[in-house]
Amino acid sequence: MNPLERYEPLVDDVAAFRAACDRPLPSVVRVNEMAASPAHVREAFDDEGVAYEPVDWHDGLFRLPDGNPGGNWPYVHGWTHGQEEVSVLPGLALDPQPGERVWDACAAPGSKTTQIADAMDDEGTVVANDNNLGRLSALRHNAERLGITNAIVTNQDARNFSTKPLAFDEFDRALVDAPCSCEGTCRKNPDVVDQWTLEHVHAVAGIQKGILARAVQATRPGGTVVYSTCTFAPEENEAVLDHVLEAEDCEIVDFDLPLDTAPGVTEWEGETYDESVTRAHRVYPHHNDTGGFFCAKLRVGGTGNTGVGA
Amino acid sequence: MTDDAPTNDGQQFDRLPETPADREVEGRASRREVLDWWDERFGIGPSVFEEYSFWEKGAGKVWIFNGEATDPSEVEAIGMTFLRTRQEHWKPTSRAATRFGGLATTNVIELDPEQAVTFMAGDDQDLPEWDGDWGYLIATHEIAGGEAPIGVGLYLYDELRSVVPKGSRADLPTVE
Repeated sequence: MNPLERYEPLVDDVAAFRAACDRPLPSVVRVNEMAASPAHVREAFDDEGVAYEPVDWHDGLFRLPDGNPGGNWPYVHGWTHGQEEVSVLPGLALDPQPGERVWDACAAPGSKTTQIADAMDDEGTVVANDNNLGRLSALRHNAERLGITNAIVTNQDARNFSTKPLAFDEFDRALVDAPCSCEGTCRKNPDVVDQWTLEHVHAVAGIQKGILARAVQATRPGGTVVYSTCTFAPEENEAVLDHVLEAEDCEIVDFDLPLDTAPGVTEWEGETYDESVTRAHRVYPHHNDTGGFFCAKLRVGGTGNTGVGA
Repeated sequence: MTDDAPTNDGQQFDRLPETPADREVEGRASRREVLDWWDERFGIGPSVFEEYSFWEKGAGKVWIFNGEATDPSEVEAIGMTFLRTRQEHWKPTSRAATRFGGLATTNVIELDPEQAVTFMAGDDQDLPEWDGDWGYLIATHEIAGGEAPIGVGLYLYDELRSVVPKGSRADLPTVE
């Protein structure tokens, strides 16, 4: 079975959804604004004859219709990083500030870590964790190429992450960009559709719940946790949020994203979820001609403020 | 040094001592020596690095970090690699050169478009016209209306050797 069929009841225009899923995605780069402005990168692309197109909802993204995002001078200088458009959304939702303590729980290969460090203007501490040592070397390579000096890299199972190696024991913000079934990446990696199984959905949902719960625990009262995946499966999205709302002291909050999205769903295959999961955003490929994505923003409970600093 | 003196532990990051007088681990560079080296070699003054801390892991590899950390730190990485010490001629990393090299005022070699392409491909080239110091230089080229650093070269006997790491080498177009 093509897993995309099971999500047809959730989308507004099935034909457009399926057609968009079949179209390949263009290469996209994000500007590393701590090193260069979007205008400076445009000038460098113009001088070099690199074709590029703007992305109307984010001035730091460029589509490269000829591909090869690493084969130009701005990349060599660490001014750009190849990153799918929707992949910048959790970083925007997280909104990290200079000087904060931020945890990227599933960080490799580092696209979001480096975006977080950039948003922090390379000030404060971003702890980039991943359980896969091989993928961490890609993260380190990317962080160094982009000139990031405020990252600590750790290699732990995020579900029982220990802050013992750190100089502090709670974060201002945490990002859980969770391992998932990844059907949302089918436009750049069609194999994910063939490899999809319901068993994997259920197995990975358990891991996602564990990581998100730990992220809430490791974040200070009033702090922010963002949960994101690139799957359409409610088992891995709304059901994970519903579980953590029950188990931990936190709430889902409203937030805006700069593109067209659909709200989280409250019913799926006989299950119902807390009404507040509708505050999460579903990104379907046919709405903005992107990959598929899911993103929710949580506020950790308690009396702490939501501002900068602990 | 006695047998009980602390030694360099390759499994953890240790903060560099403030000055040579504070040194407990034999051979470890001090913060002051690192700052003096960047100032003397490239004219990048200590104030640039005021907010950063410096750490050693492994034999002589110094990392630069702009956050909070325990000392020692048992983590995979802390900031970025910055400088290779514990050898006669200290060597800045290519990434340190691209991150901070734009502030350098001495020992900077400006490459023309063809030379820059050769450099990034990892190839050595004859550059007899250079009349500055031998040793490690910061290589720059012109892009988008300004000079920007692209890495570290080793200048010896009229030749600029590219020391761009294998994983960072690239075949790039010549931009006139």
